[in-house]
Amino acid sequence: MTKQQANWSPYDNNGGSCVAIAGADYCVIAADTRMSTGYNILTREYSKICKLADKCVMASSGFQADVKALQKQLAARHLIYQHQHNKQMSCPAMAQLLSNTLYYKRFFPYYSFNVLGGLDNEGKGCVFTYDAVGSYEKVGYSSQGSGSTLITPFLDNQLKSPSPLLLPVQDAVTPLVEAEAIDLIKTVFASASERDIYTGDKLEIVVVNADGIRREYMELRKD
Amino acid sequence: MFRNQYDTDVTTWSPAGRLFQVEYAMEAVKQGSAAIGLRSKTHVVLGCVNKANSELSSHQKKIFKVDDHIGVAIAGLTADGRVLSRYMRNECINYSFTYESPLPVGRLVVQLADKAQVCTQRSWKRPYGVGLLVAGLDESGAHLYYNCPSGNYFEYQAFAIGSRSQAAKTYLERRFENFTDSSRDDLVKDAIMAIRETLQGETLKSSICTIAVVGVGEPFHILDQGTVQQIIDTFEIVAEQEGPDAAIGQEAAAEGAAADQGGSTDEGVAPMES
Repeated sequence: MTKQQANWSPYDNNGGSCVAIAGADYCVIAADTRMSTGYNILTREYSKICKLADKCVMASSGFQADVKALQKQLAARHLIYQHQHNKQMSCPAMAQLLSNTLYYKRFFPYYSFNVLGGLDNEGKGCVFTYDAVGSYEKVGYSSQGSGSTLITPFLDNQLKSPSPLLLPVQDAVTPLVEAEAIDLIKTVFASASERDIYTGDKLEIVVVNADGIRREYMELRKD
Repeated sequence: MFRNQYDTDVTTWSPAGRLFQVEYAMEAVKQGSAAIGLRSKTHVVLGCVNKANSELSSHQKKIFKVDDHIGVAIAGLTADGRVLSRYMRNECINYSFTYESPLPVGRLVVQLADKAQVCTQRSWKRPYGVGLLVAGLDESGAHLYYNCPSGNYFEYQAFAIGSRSQAAKTYLERRFENFTDSSRDDLVKDAIMAIRETLQGETLKSSICTIAVVGVGEPFHILDQGTVQQIIDTFEIVAEQEGPDAAIGQEAAAEGAAADQGGSTDEGVAPMES
């Protein structure tokens, strides 16, 4: 007698890829704008990037309904924080909040693969990468989503610092300039769109630096 | 003022049909330092007098931002006011979360009023000892409401609560018909002048008052001291230039307290004659 399998799942995967790179005084967060289900495209113009605070931006791929719910939760909690502390949440604080929010639903998780980017309290770029239940780590760069297996090895090749056991200690954040990092992002997404069917249409790039937050777009393959 | 037979708890009526505990709560509001509010078609301004317990302490916070489109000024038991502000902030956040749109001010004040009413009908509770001037903007325009400890609420064009608020009310009564079409800056000026009425002789400076504005295209925020002092300086200078007669005319509203003004150190205002 075989175990009965579920004939309905509460989850769906809307595909897409997200990347973030931290620099000395900036942070670049990017995601494609394609939303799919199964082998179909739902829309070519959906933003997976959400501004959580003045210096903190999140990109999430996975089940967009859960992503939307997660973004709303964080926005509401941020408002409460602002009322209580009279200031915006810093990126590291938001990172911890996101982790706690995800783990809160440990036994019915948000199907959301997140990458959080922004500036820390000293104005240095920081990127935090998550799994679906809130395990997180501060890194110099990260990629999540359907194209991450194609993107991450390339970023490792370009950005990975030698072992932290070596002296002198190397920073996780890249020595690249902002323009170079954006160029790298564009290259990486163009490559991912070639082979990953769920990544394409348009690339949305968000740059966080001392002047604020700015947005850029680039066309990607539509097939 | 002793009505002690029927004033022990809030659930006891007096033979005259009054709830004395509720009325005593409204007394607490009258004892708090003044807060005023006024509105035009597009803006609402709140102002309050900063009271500090002693020279060593900071002054109490009496104006709270509730949401981008709503703010509140309180008079009375500040602690009760803080708790109610937290409630209001929560309601706004929950409404925004569910409906993706800002909570209409009229809905919020009704919820507040109902919350206050509960405390007038439970033997184990006491009425909130704070009056709230709720200023907000929604689809139907700019609004100013006053919420009582009794659970009543009223909408106003302009209002003042707290100690010596009658002076401000008299000033506002003379001017309120013009407020609807006032510009934002004129409204702020009127608010500061109304606050000056409640000071009755004390020097008007930005450290003694707090002003907050909300309006079309302008989220609720408290004006910083520098800005307020600049505005005070503009009309203090005008008062000086116009001479004692015009200044006396302006102060007509404070006539009742003229006798107390002997020691006035306000440079722009002409000394009062009783």
